[in-house]
Amino acid sequence: MYSWLILSSLAKIVGILFVVILPMVSYTVYAERRVSAFIQDRPGPNRVGPAGLLQPIADVVKLLIKEDFTPAGVNTFYYWLAPCLAMMPSIITIAVVPFGSTLFDVPMVIADVNIGILWVFAIGSLGVYGIVIGGWASNSKYPFLGGVRSSSQMISYELSLGLAVIPIFMLVGKLRLTDVVRYQIDHGWFIAPFIGDWANPVKWLLAIPMLISFFVFMVAMFAETNRLPFDLPEAEQELAGGYHTEYSSMKFALFFLGEYTAMIAGSAVMVTLFLGGWHFPGIPDGSHGWIFGLTNIVVFFAKVTALLFFFIWVRWTLPRFRYDQLMRLGWLFFFELALVNIFLVAGILACFHV
Amino acid sequence: MQLFLFWCAALLMLVFGVAVILNRNPVASALSLVVSFLGLATLFMMLDAYFIGIIQVLVYAGAVMVLFLFIIMLLDLRAENLRKINWPATAGGAVVAFVFLIQVLSVIGRLTDAKKTFPPLARSTIDDVRNVGVTLFTNFNFPFQVIGVLVLVATIGVVVLSKRELANK
Amino acid sequence: MAIPASRPNLNWRERAFLPAIVSGLFITWRHFVRYIFGRTKVTIQYPEQTRDADLPDYYRGTPALVKDEQGRIRCVACQLCEFICPPRAIKILPGEIPTDDRFAKVEKYPEEFDIDMIRCIYCGMCEEVCPEQAIFLRKDYVVTGFTREEMVHRKDKLLEIGGVMHGVVLKWNDKK
Repeated sequence: MYSWLILSSLAKIVGILFVVILPMVSYTVYAERRVSAFIQDRPGPNRVGPAGLLQPIADVVKLLIKEDFTPAGVNTFYYWLAPCLAMMPSIITIAVVPFGSTLFDVPMVIADVNIGILWVFAIGSLGVYGIVIGGWASNSKYPFLGGVRSSSQMISYELSLGLAVIPIFMLVGKLRLTDVVRYQIDHGWFIAPFIGDWANPVKWLLAIPMLISFFVFMVAMFAETNRLPFDLPEAEQELAGGYHTEYSSMKFALFFLGEYTAMIAGSAVMVTLFLGGWHFPGIPDGSHGWIFGLTNIVVFFAKVTALLFFFIWVRWTLPRFRYDQLMRLGWLFFFELALVNIFLVAGILACFHV
Repeated sequence: MQLFLFWCAALLMLVFGVAVILNRNPVASALSLVVSFLGLATLFMMLDAYFIGIIQVLVYAGAVMVLFLFIIMLLDLRAENLRKINWPATAGGAVVAFVFLIQVLSVIGRLTDAKKTFPPLARSTIDDVRNVGVTLFTNFNFPFQVIGVLVLVATIGVVVLSKRELANK
Repeated sequence: MAIPASRPNLNWRERAFLPAIVSGLFITWRHFVRYIFGRTKVTIQYPEQTRDADLPDYYRGTPALVKDEQGRIRCVACQLCEFICPPRAIKILPGEIPTDDRFAKVEKYPEEFDIDMIRCIYCGMCEEVCPEQAIFLRKDYVVTGFTREEMVHRKDKLLEIGGVMHGVVLKWNDKK
């Protein structure tokens, strides 16, 4: 029994990490380049393989054989530590996200702990160390400014990130992410009240604060993952690349891939919390046969992909915020919005005794 | 297995706790403290106190230590590294710590409860998050509210102080 | 002197950002969809498609030495181009034509003629200054090499690019 648990967990970890997440990371980089190209009326990388699909492999080869340069005057130990710290937390975050129902009666979540969302926040908040230490250890002005900006930005937006999900857990009553998905299967997705018992007016009323929650959570997630319009820590034009200016070769690649892994982890959390996780109306869960279990996984990652596309789309549409605008927006708008939203949900729940 | 994990986490905690004091570099000290907190969180989680463990990581490692690091990074670290060790003070501190350790050990040695082996903890059927919440809002509601007001006062105090500093310039 | 820029006063709709962000998203979406369905054609696929035929007459590509109809090198190694060259890309080693030669009155010929294509800025001054109309900027623009050595065009390479120039080249003419 015990060994079966360990074996199946290992299989899930290896499967999800090496078969799904890491290829997804490299192809998100590819998608970023292609989509940005299409938006700017050009073809993008289309030479390596059919439609450029082998480009990520070429990129990896290039990054691996590039000179790994360590500048003089850096704090060597922390300089080497920082890229690992940048990549690690975003991978660990995925451990608690249910990416499917069941497959051969094995639940498709690596660690189904009862504090799921807190785990995501706790590990996600460790991600700032990689950036801060990378900026500090480089012993250079621009990376240092990037690190300082990043730490203040991430701390500011973590508040609205945490407050935005509280309405959900007021409804569900549990922090376990599988319970959140189970609730959404029974009651309809949080931001799509027309799924499930659509005739229930309270659900439509609850959809308003849920949409606000989703909006706040998404914007905070943009800030947490350092994506435009909040990519101030790595602003190419102002800071020449920010915290990873002094990095080259695979160390730079780890920072780069860490950012994209954080994007995938963030999208996966968003899908789980607001978009019904692996559920799609009309598709039963994995207890009805392994083919449905597999379909659930595909549905989950299709939703993640759609969100990733949105991330990329927004990046190539919006300009960067100024730093004071970013801080004002975080502290004076999103924080209050999330706080008011909690009272709104509490009011609705109290009035209608849901 | 569990004993092995316990010793791993406990050793991690102790080694990095000592490293916090021994490191000359403040950034290294701060990071050692983070690792020490992670070890503590692991110990909590092994007791099935997931909530306390993860809050330890979220609040201390994720927020407080980031702010510490933020401040330390703005210091002149070279001056910090060059500062001479005050040997008499160090020796005095070591003696005090040693005496305190002996005291603690003697108190624990005389405690009869410490020699007992406890029955294994009963597995709770309710979430520990729910337990914490229910306890806070029923038995300890008044202290909880008082602490809330206290924190609010402290926050307002900080805002007032920082604003006054700005007005003087 | 600092000139304070006047900031526009935004009304509440503009201050909310959201309408502007949504309309911006629609603009990029339109570009995306148009490209996907092949309705925008802005770029060309370079090595397969080129615009060689559309190059204007005044296009300045790689400099090259030319021969005349009889196959003689026109250059007389006067070194004017070497002196005028702004980035000093041209190096000429003149050789003397022996007095008993049939063309002894020309006196000099280029023993070595190197143009460093890493330095060349394609300004065309060598062409303008050449009294013998021996050096021309051709329309070739693909100058590549794996080493610095390869990027220096020697005399034979320059002659190969240049080829033979027929007739009197009216280079002060407006059509060259």
